[in-house]
Amino acid sequence: MFKSLAVPEFLAKIDQIKCIKCKRCIQNCGWSVYAWGGDKVLIDTFKCVKCLRCYHYCPEEAITIEDNPVKYRSNANWGFYNIRNIKRQAETGGIPLTGMGSDMPYPVLFDSLLIDACQVTNPSIDPLREPMELRTYLGKKPAKLEFENGPDGKPKLKTKMPPQIKLEAPFIFAPMSYGSISLNAQKTIAIAAKELGIVMNTGEGGLHEDIYPYRSNIIVQVASGRFGVNPDYLNAGVAVEIKIGQGAKPGIGGHLPGEKIPLDIAKTRMIPVGTDAISPAPQHDIYSIEDLRQLIFAIKEATNYTKPVSVKIAAVHNVAAIASGIVRAGADIVYIDGFRGGTGAAPSIIRDHLGIPIEHALAAVDERLRQEGIRNEASIIAAGGIRSCADAAKAIALGADAVALATSALITMGCTVCGKCYTGNCSWGITTQRPELTVRLDPEVYAERLINLIHAWSHELKEILGALGVNAIESLRGSRERLRGIGLDSQTLDILGVKPVGR
Amino acid sequence: MQVIDAKGIYYRDLNQKVREAVAKGEKEVLLKNVNGQYYIGDGLNGESTITIEGVPGNDLAAFMDGPTLIVKDNAQDNISNTMNSGKVIIHGNAGDVLGYGMRGGKLHIRGNVGYRVGIHMKGYKKQAPVIIAGGKAGDFFGEYMAGGILILLNLDGEKDSRPTVGDYAGTGMHGGVIFIRGEVDKKLCGAEVGITDPDEEDIKLLKEHLTDYCKDFNLNIDEIMKGSFKKLTPASLRPYGNLYAY
Ligand code: SF4
Ligand code: SF4
Repeated sequence: MFKSLAVPEFLAKIDQIKCIKCKRCIQNCGWSVYAWGGDKVLIDTFKCVKCLRCYHYCPEEAITIEDNPVKYRSNANWGFYNIRNIKRQAETGGIPLTGMGSDMPYPVLFDSLLIDACQVTNPSIDPLREPMELRTYLGKKPAKLEFENGPDGKPKLKTKMPPQIKLEAPFIFAPMSYGSISLNAQKTIAIAAKELGIVMNTGEGGLHEDIYPYRSNIIVQVASGRFGVNPDYLNAGVAVEIKIGQGAKPGIGGHLPGEKIPLDIAKTRMIPVGTDAISPAPQHDIYSIEDLRQLIFAIKEATNYTKPVSVKIAAVHNVAAIASGIVRAGADIVYIDGFRGGTGAAPSIIRDHLGIPIEHALAAVDERLRQEGIRNEASIIAAGGIRSCADAAKAIALGADAVALATSALITMGCTVCGKCYTGNCSWGITTQRPELTVRLDPEVYAERLINLIHAWSHELKEILGALGVNAIESLRGSRERLRGIGLDSQTLDILGVKPVGR
Repeated sequence: MQVIDAKGIYYRDLNQKVREAVAKGEKEVLLKNVNGQYYIGDGLNGESTITIEGVPGNDLAAFMDGPTLIVKDNAQDNISNTMNSGKVIIHGNAGDVLGYGMRGGKLHIRGNVGYRVGIHMKGYKKQAPVIIAGGKAGDFFGEYMAGGILILLNLDGEKDSRPTVGDYAGTGMHGGVIFIRGEVDKKLCGAEVGITDPDEEDIKLLKEHLTDYCKDFNLNIDEIMKGSFKKLTPASLRPYGNLYAY
């Protein structure tokens, strides 16, 4: 057998003069790039994914990871991945997998939107000295409020409020299952969610007993595989989410291979050890909006109408009509995942070519629900490519009630978005189940970093609100008048419902 | 025994009454004049027995965890959806997508069943869900099956000339076992399925489950066991192992 014709993407190099032969790189690399050769560290650069764990743990700055200059001859049409995927497919006959969100250079509309600010005619507000409200409630809101006089003669609310999820800031952690990420990663997120007064989401892998103590900050998910779902599970969290689709892989199911299912994951998913955990592409009891309604209310019955039910869909062409159907089917929350959203594993052909961006989807859904007079019937969560507080603020101005974060949360744990999560070798202990790798992620330590991130974004959000001259996130929500598009064509502006800059 | 007249009652109110009765510790509940109300027994736990007169609506016993439901008539779709434990007995026919993601308990149906029955049933530890249907089944019987036991008896074969099981039986099956009384056409089965004759252990298992089934419907176990059975099992626990390039 000859050497693979798929050339390596990266060249890992060690400066032998600087190297003190401490072997930390060998211990740290999850992909076995390094090995001990008796007198020096040997390098198998074909395995390198540039996750940079070795670089960070080398005490001598002896390691460099370069993009391979010999790649293939540059060609504006035949890009590196076009050629390399064909070679890999020629060698295996398989579907190339990938992890994280799409890295294809599709336009990111968040980068073409600018936020307004106050000057002269209306005063801005200083968030350091004046109260700023970020608190957000997710769930169905009544169309009108009625009051009556209480026994003490004071007016009190007569309208019965549907169940709500209370968030101290308009951020939630997106669904990531135990199985796709390690238990330590899930714990890190759970600790942070509790401390921050926001919520995380179990994903479709069930609820591990170690996560149970965080139940008042957890949304439990029901997906087509129904892993770990029983009446206790449905009632464990603050809400239940039906997963229809994921932005990175709309229309296809999930599939955790048997060899990645050790005892503990099998227990959490409530399946035998070593069998594949297959999530079929569709939920086979849902072929229509009417069927979706049936499952929504089956869950409401099972939870005695005490929990909001969320429906998560991937952003696809017809998303506005679908979302309208979801709201009419009785969902309390619509979760829309744009096509740039992350994944633990997806065929790259799907991730890079199916679905639509969150910006367009969000604007279309919000507009449609308003036109139909049912916007109050459900909250909207936007996800799939929120990289900063600016993206979050723009998403909220486009109509989101809250945004969901996954990749950005993992980055606080060391992730460098190398995109190789599907291999199960993550050197940072995030998307792996190998015990020697997962122990690296100390939940208490990393939760602190994640909490810092959300605090920082909350401060930034308050600064933006202050500059806009408003003192509550509610005033920004759906306020497209405070956005302008730069360099966008008139049709895109029309879809987004924003004016061009200068107007 | 508590009797609840379901005539003209909205499902939400009906199920609220059932929940209250069970919460009170009522062991026997009789629902009269049921006519298509959804979600009866949904998410219910405890030991109660609920007898249903009339045809209940979809999602009967969804997420149920313990009780016994007896339906004297036909029943509709999505019965025992993600059920955890307990028992459902249907004296008539039942519809599509029965036992979706069912993890435990029993579903006994005297008559025929529709499409996608036993889809993605699972076994877990001591929990092994069992579905037994006395008649014939539609397409995609046991699709994605991951655990548990599915038994199809074709008891009234002479009255109905269709094959016992529809097309694509066991497609995507990666766990559990299907027993079908009579012959099975390999052409009707998914690629992931192997067909064999049951061994002694299997016959013992079948007899055990069918004895319970026969009690529910007053049938003769010896008569049923006289017929020959075929056993369908997954060819691999990893049906899609070679699909991907890493
Ligand atoms: S970690 Fe750095 S110093 Fe240590 S063996 Fe590796 S390259 Fe050398
Ligand atoms: S989670 Fe790990 S494997 Fe996945 S992109 Fe981040 S560093 Fe790479």
